[in-house]
Amino acid sequence: MTEPQTNVPAATRQIQRLPLNRGSRNSKLTAWLFIAPAFLAYATFVLVPLGMSFYYSFLRWDGIGKATFHGLTNYITVLTDADLLQIIGNAFQLVAYFTLIPVGLGLAIASAIRGQMAGTFGTVTRTIFFLPQVIPLVAAGIAWSWMFASTGVVNQGLKAIGLSSWTRGWLGDFVWALPAVGVIGAWVLLGLCIMLLVTGIAKIDPSLYEAARLDGARPWHEFRYVTLPGLRQEIGVCVTLTIIAALASFDIVYIATQGGPGITTTVPGLEIYRLAFAHRQVGLASALAIVLMVLVLVSIAPVQWLTRDKK
Amino acid sequence: MKMLSSKTLLARLLIVVLMLVTVLPFLSMLSAALAPSGTYPNGLQWPADPQWGNFFKAFEVAQMDQLLLSSSLIVLGVVPLSVLIATMAGYGLAKLTTDRYKWLYLVFVFGLTLPFEAVITPLYYEVRAMGLLNTRFAIILPLIGLYMPFGVYWMRAHFLNVPNDLSEAAQLDGATRWKEFLLVQVPLARPAIMSLAILLFLWTWNQFLLPVVLVQDPMQRTMAGALGAFQGQWGTDIPLLCAGSLLILTPTVVIFLLFQRQFVAALMQGAVKG
Repeated sequence: MTEPQTNVPAATRQIQRLPLNRGSRNSKLTAWLFIAPAFLAYATFVLVPLGMSFYYSFLRWDGIGKATFHGLTNYITVLTDADLLQIIGNAFQLVAYFTLIPVGLGLAIASAIRGQMAGTFGTVTRTIFFLPQVIPLVAAGIAWSWMFASTGVVNQGLKAIGLSSWTRGWLGDFVWALPAVGVIGAWVLLGLCIMLLVTGIAKIDPSLYEAARLDGARPWHEFRYVTLPGLRQEIGVCVTLTIIAALASFDIVYIATQGGPGITTTVPGLEIYRLAFAHRQVGLASALAIVLMVLVLVSIAPVQWLTRDKK
Repeated sequence: MKMLSSKTLLARLLIVVLMLVTVLPFLSMLSAALAPSGTYPNGLQWPADPQWGNFFKAFEVAQMDQLLLSSSLIVLGVVPLSVLIATMAGYGLAKLTTDRYKWLYLVFVFGLTLPFEAVITPLYYEVRAMGLLNTRFAIILPLIGLYMPFGVYWMRAHFLNVPNDLSEAAQLDGATRWKEFLLVQVPLARPAIMSLAILLFLWTWNQFLLPVVLVQDPMQRTMAGALGAFQGQWGTDIPLLCAGSLLILTPTVVIFLLFQRQFVAALMQGAVKG
């Protein structure tokens, strides 16, 4: 379509290349015009609010009246208050469910089903595994609230296998509510992780598996020395995504438990919302927001570092 | 050979079990949705007398037609504009700037891991100051900004892979950068743009936090936000709640099934790059 004009001699082309160089004044202006709309939107609705969050976090403010400077008090509260620490701890407990189950189980399943994703069967599998990614998390929350209800499927199943004494209202139980929320997250994320890992395995050179088998490798060795190293990047992606989903969770908790019973399932996202809009502690909410942002960054930085492409 | 096929069989069995686990919550909702309204049904039990009418009732109660309209308006407000300005910026950052401006790109990328909760409180005051609270613009405008890190990252990655010769050829033909962008680069970027549009559509349609905080009236919200309000109002009537939830998640599922391949590709690439 836009083949270089062949009738232009090479030398002329060399010369004409010069004014194309990036960095002249005119092209700088053009570049800026291309980037400006996106940057403006980003600055207005992300950078400025983030700066405001940071500023609010040093205030004592009910959102209406006069704000007073509060120093680091809000941060000290976030890092010492027993309730807030428990809430932050809840988020990290959710990581165990949102991340370890989908990635761990996903690895086992992906290596068991590798090579089965061709044809119609594969298409159907992919479609179904992706369903939880397509529906709103709110819908997943409602569906699972019903699964975990006292007459729901989970209890029905327990009764069917003779474990009637185990039945309970899972989401209202002080011990089991958080694991139940974790299971919802695991359900949402498992399919995506499996598909990412299966695709990753498909990219591993089959001759590696052949070589391992010739060397007499057991399935476990095959997994440990061929599959796992070959999947480093995909595992990194899954871990990163699921950690963010756990630490920044809001929708599922809001719908399934509203953070209860007590604060056993309250997560930072929900607490920020409550503090800012129900308890009118904008300063404290903002300090928690900044802490949450930093926690996400700090949690995924080592993952990114460990799983990046080593070249 | 026999070993292999039994292994295959086992693998397929495992897949089928997993598929059942995945669809079980939907089946359970369906069975509850067909129970008589106001009763307290069992988790998974085909009702003796399926009440398909519950779906019509839920459609009316939830004012589905208005919800669809509202969500569509929000998507139309967010997706085309976001895709356009993200594509422009991605091109600008990949092809028009030198390494000296790498920091600008890094500023965008910084937003990739930002939880929306980190900015929701100031967003509320900002949107209120703009006089947009309780309007669809309260969702549309912030979402455009919040999508820029991913959008710009995504499109820049695409444009980095486009050979420079192409630009040079277009320039030699006397095209301005804008002409080159519109007539050469955008048509070539169609697959990347399509994937981005699909992802942004899904994320917008399913967005929950912004509507909950910024818009009171469910009729001005996204589908997901409206579902939250629906649960608040009808949470005790399990059959109606389940029927409404199924209705509300139907549009995305239908669109997903229609464009299954594109969606899967977009979600996978989106995950890898995001």
